[in-house]
Amino acid sequence: MGLRSVLDDLAPHFEKDGKLQSLYPLYEAIDTALYTPGQITAGGSHIRDNLNLKRIMITVWFCAFIPVFVGSYFVGFNANEAMQAMGQTSLEGWRGFFINGLVSYDPTSVWDCVMHGMAYFVPLYVVVFVTGILAELWFASKRGHEINEGYFVTSILFTLTLPPSIPLWMAAVGVVFGVVVAKEVFGGTGKNFLNPALTGRAFLYFAYPAQMSGDAVWVAVDGYTKATPLGNAAIGEAYGVEWTQAFLGIMPGSLGETSTLAILIAGALLCATRIASWRVMAGVFLGMTLTASLFNMIPSSNPMFAMPFYWHLVLGGFAFGAIFMATDPVSAAMTDTGRWYYGILIGFMCVLIRVVNPAFPEGMMLAILFGNLFAPLMDHFVVQSNIKRRLARG
Amino acid sequence: MATQKEVLIDPIFNNNPIALQVLGICSALAVTINMATTLVMCLAVIFVTTMSNLSVSLLRNRIPTNIRIIVQMTIIASLVIVVDETLKAFAYDISKSLSVFVGLIITNCIVMGRAEAFAMQNGPFLSAMDGFGNALGYSVVLIGVALVREPLGSGTLLGYEILPTVANGGWYLPNGMLLLAPSAFFIIGFFIWAIRAWKTDQVEEPEYEIAPNAQYKEAM
Repeated sequence: MGLRSVLDDLAPHFEKDGKLQSLYPLYEAIDTALYTPGQITAGGSHIRDNLNLKRIMITVWFCAFIPVFVGSYFVGFNANEAMQAMGQTSLEGWRGFFINGLVSYDPTSVWDCVMHGMAYFVPLYVVVFVTGILAELWFASKRGHEINEGYFVTSILFTLTLPPSIPLWMAAVGVVFGVVVAKEVFGGTGKNFLNPALTGRAFLYFAYPAQMSGDAVWVAVDGYTKATPLGNAAIGEAYGVEWTQAFLGIMPGSLGETSTLAILIAGALLCATRIASWRVMAGVFLGMTLTASLFNMIPSSNPMFAMPFYWHLVLGGFAFGAIFMATDPVSAAMTDTGRWYYGILIGFMCVLIRVVNPAFPEGMMLAILFGNLFAPLMDHFVVQSNIKRRLARG
Repeated sequence: MATQKEVLIDPIFNNNPIALQVLGICSALAVTINMATTLVMCLAVIFVTTMSNLSVSLLRNRIPTNIRIIVQMTIIASLVIVVDETLKAFAYDISKSLSVFVGLIITNCIVMGRAEAFAMQNGPFLSAMDGFGNALGYSVVLIGVALVREPLGSGTLLGYEILPTVANGGWYLPNGMLLLAPSAFFIIGFFIWAIRAWKTDQVEEPEYEIAPNAQYKEAM
């Protein structure tokens, strides 16, 4: 147990009255990531599983790597295709400095595409992770709570919702806003009622709309514009992709949202390990299908009314939001019945915003934040009705 | 009895109408998008609150209790109409951009609240001081919010460019969020946070405490 004894030797420095007392949360985080924590819940606890928050969050983090790799491939693929169309053979700037020697920007080569995509994902993720963890560490040492692995999930999900070409400083501002305003202000992990990653994204969306939406941001090549299929649909043009292409992810979009297939695989893993609630996912899908079908029946000059549910599923952030964002265990509803209502509300709001609000082509982010606000209320009514039913039973 | 100094100074930080009593939020969201309208709004509120407190206090022994709210309302409404007409005559552009919010000073909770809570029980001079102090407290928050919103939202302060924006060939990319009313909620929230970090007696009691984790040996 060499590692254990190293950690134990270091412990006194971080404990009360040690030199590095203010960095205790950092020590604690590393210690409990490597070994089972020495602390347990006492009193009337209800043990349902031997999973703890750390293991839950790490599992989600691993599952998120499926959309990371697939998403990077498609970011690179889009960029390489655009470069070919514009006759560029090498990348300028610091990204080019790192990868020019390694790849030849050929859209048919998997290696070239993944590496090119990674040149956008990796710096973004590093910046997001470091700035966010610093904000979290600062609060943890001031308030005396632990750094939580929830941040691994927040950081990777936040990064995956961003357009590939977003400036790095902007991503840093967004994640700090998300961590501080949506989570730490309310007392840290477990007490936030909004999804921190989506709050950060919503902040950027309203603060810097030109860098977060529009035609120019989705393909990571300067001066190349290509609207997302959802953006095309909102103004009544052809989507620009086949359904199967959209399902696989061959379309412009945020880093992680393009490939519905990859997201569904990750979702299946999350359901199989019972980390994420299948009820929420099913509820979102059900709400979306019902609402979309309802709109399909209404004749309208608005082209979005006619979009069938299977297109809603593959376009924009719907799948990513339903699998990764809506199922956030803290901000989602906690009761089984509540989860159904919560999911249905999100699916309904997503389609409603996409179809009838001309200002926002994409509605998933706002729909989930809206659902988050109602989750505690739904839980309250579910609990109350359970109490009433049991009282009536006598 | 509160001294004059306390009545004047307390509402600025110790008992700020926006930060502690959480009154008058609506106009704080609406007019703080740039500094010029904010300053005019603050002056208007200072005038109305001081004068309404003074008038209500002078009349306090003559006002029948049953209809006191109506009488206070009439006094405040008359003062607001004076302010509104003055602005229209001498500062038409600003009056345009403040739009309904000058008229809405009538419903600003701070004005009514101080008339009802303070001026009805205290002498005219002290009441005028109280009105002035509370309006100052309101102004401090509004100016603070505008000081964040105008430079970061449009790169200017009182119309002068202080952060050269990208659109004008500079380096600063304006934060569009700050041009939307909800941003003022966040800024007021941060302001309250800062005040309570400084004056810890304003911090509310937590509703419940979470028990710390137990060690193995304690639980077994």
